[in-house]
Amino acid sequence: MPKIWTIVDKEWAEVFKNRLVLFTVVFMPILFTALPLLMVAIGSSQVDMGDATDMPASYLEMCGDLTGSACFTLMMVNQFLLLFMMMPLIIPVTIAAYSIVGEKTTRCLEPLLATPITTAELLIGKSLAALIPGVLATWLSFGVFAVVAYILVQSPELLRRILDPMWITAVGLLGPLLALAGINVTLMVSSRVSDPRVAEQASMMLILPLLGIFFAQIAGVLMVNAQVMQLAAVIMVAIDAGLVYLGVRVFQRETILTKWK
Amino acid sequence: MIHTENLTKKFGDRTAVEALTLDVREGEVFGFLGPNGAGKTTTVRMLTTLIGPTAGMATVNTFRVGQDDTAIRRCTGILTETPGMYDRLSAEKNLTIFAHLYEVADVKGQVEKYLRLLGLWDRRGDLVGNFSKGMKQKLAICRALLHEPAVVFLDEPTSGLDPEAARLVRDFIEEIKAQGRTIFLCTHNLDEADRLCDRIGVMKQRLITVDTPTNLRKQIYGRKVVFHLRAADDALLARVRALPFVKEAQRVENKFVLGLDDPETHNPALVRLLVEAGADVQFVGELRHSLEDVYLSLVGETGDSTANHANFR
Repeated sequence: MPKIWTIVDKEWAEVFKNRLVLFTVVFMPILFTALPLLMVAIGSSQVDMGDATDMPASYLEMCGDLTGSACFTLMMVNQFLLLFMMMPLIIPVTIAAYSIVGEKTTRCLEPLLATPITTAELLIGKSLAALIPGVLATWLSFGVFAVVAYILVQSPELLRRILDPMWITAVGLLGPLLALAGINVTLMVSSRVSDPRVAEQASMMLILPLLGIFFAQIAGVLMVNAQVMQLAAVIMVAIDAGLVYLGVRVFQRETILTKWK
Repeated sequence: MIHTENLTKKFGDRTAVEALTLDVREGEVFGFLGPNGAGKTTTVRMLTTLIGPTAGMATVNTFRVGQDDTAIRRCTGILTETPGMYDRLSAEKNLTIFAHLYEVADVKGQVEKYLRLLGLWDRRGDLVGNFSKGMKQKLAICRALLHEPAVVFLDEPTSGLDPEAARLVRDFIEEIKAQGRTIFLCTHNLDEADRLCDRIGVMKQRLITVDTPTNLRKQIYGRKVVFHLRAADDALLARVRALPFVKEAQRVENKFVLGLDDPETHNPALVRLLVEAGADVQFVGELRHSLEDVYLSLVGETGDSTANHANFR
């Protein structure tokens, strides 16, 4: 364990000196927290949102006896809460890309691998260094969102639906699972490229399914509910298991030294 | 301290190291020479357990490569071809990280000791990215020694350094040799190998030879002595050549270059003969072939030239 934390300490000391990484870790949570809060603020300002009957049937069903204005607010907030699913993906991928490719370009891997550290310790250390800031930033942002939403929302019923346990489960469970997938994909992509931006962009392809859900929800084709979240979590566990297996196979000392150019 | 038997490494169809059998003794500086692509770095990587051999076996400090890899990593230090330091971290932070990874007991003390030894203590807080190549190389040497390893692998330790920094590194290698550590030195700098190494192995996929620098010279060129005369002629050379212990004789202007098995015994007799023959002997010295000549002969390039590369001692 001490070696794992040495790697985490080293990664954080180095990677947070990179302005792009720092910008991603700081700016993205602020933006992704502000957007749903803005929706909550607009919804709470008693502005007339019009007739709720124009909304997709799935929303009307979800809104139940909420007023038109509250239903609109709930719909908008639900759209933007999906951003909390992107955050644990984007932040770790950015950190992991710079950490692994950076190690290659500065040729620091060879002396590192010559120490008594095991491959598992090195991999876990690097993964944790990328995972922890992403997950913590997500949880912190969601916490801030929950507190501010609690202050802003006047309707107890609307507040209960916004801070649905589904979202808490999604942020608490699905977030780390998505982050782990992102890290493993970055690890594999990093073994083939020498520019961290390429690794980052390739790994960001993982966001596409999330964007798909985001737009499907806006179009009223799909409703993100507890069942969808549970299904997503199960799928992510399976995907993560496969990716971890592949990632460990890719990360062989000899392969790294002789083929990672 | 290091023992290999038929150690072989193949990458696909390409053989990088073929059947290397080698013994490096405890406390010696062993020079490992060879052209680019000869398999030197691959050998170091196998001995430091970074890559596994395709065939054969090796032990380092009695630990077997492939079986006791962690134990080998604990007792070896490596200076890689490129320093490979974390540029965004300070010199002290770089060493502290590696001290923890090498399980050093007194991290702070060891980091300070080596930063002071290599003259980097005053720059300990500076980012390594702002260091010169020489300073980075010195820091990488500190890193290789932090855990007081019994065996140190140095891959081109003075490559790209200015003469002053190179000299400091060479002096430091002599210092760590004096501490009884075994040093495995890969270098292209033949003068450096000549000065530092107790024995030298010449490699070109296979190990061509292993011996002391002096014996390698003898093995390739024999021993030669140069007699500087005020005036020399072929008649006098013929008289010298007739002596039974003179294996080879050649005149270069006013100098006789003689091949002798035992110059210490035969030089006095030769001087007497020359003086009795009326020659004025101005100077006598042993012709010393550079290690470069020896190396080039061994790896199959054009070597030699008594006149161009020789120097006297």
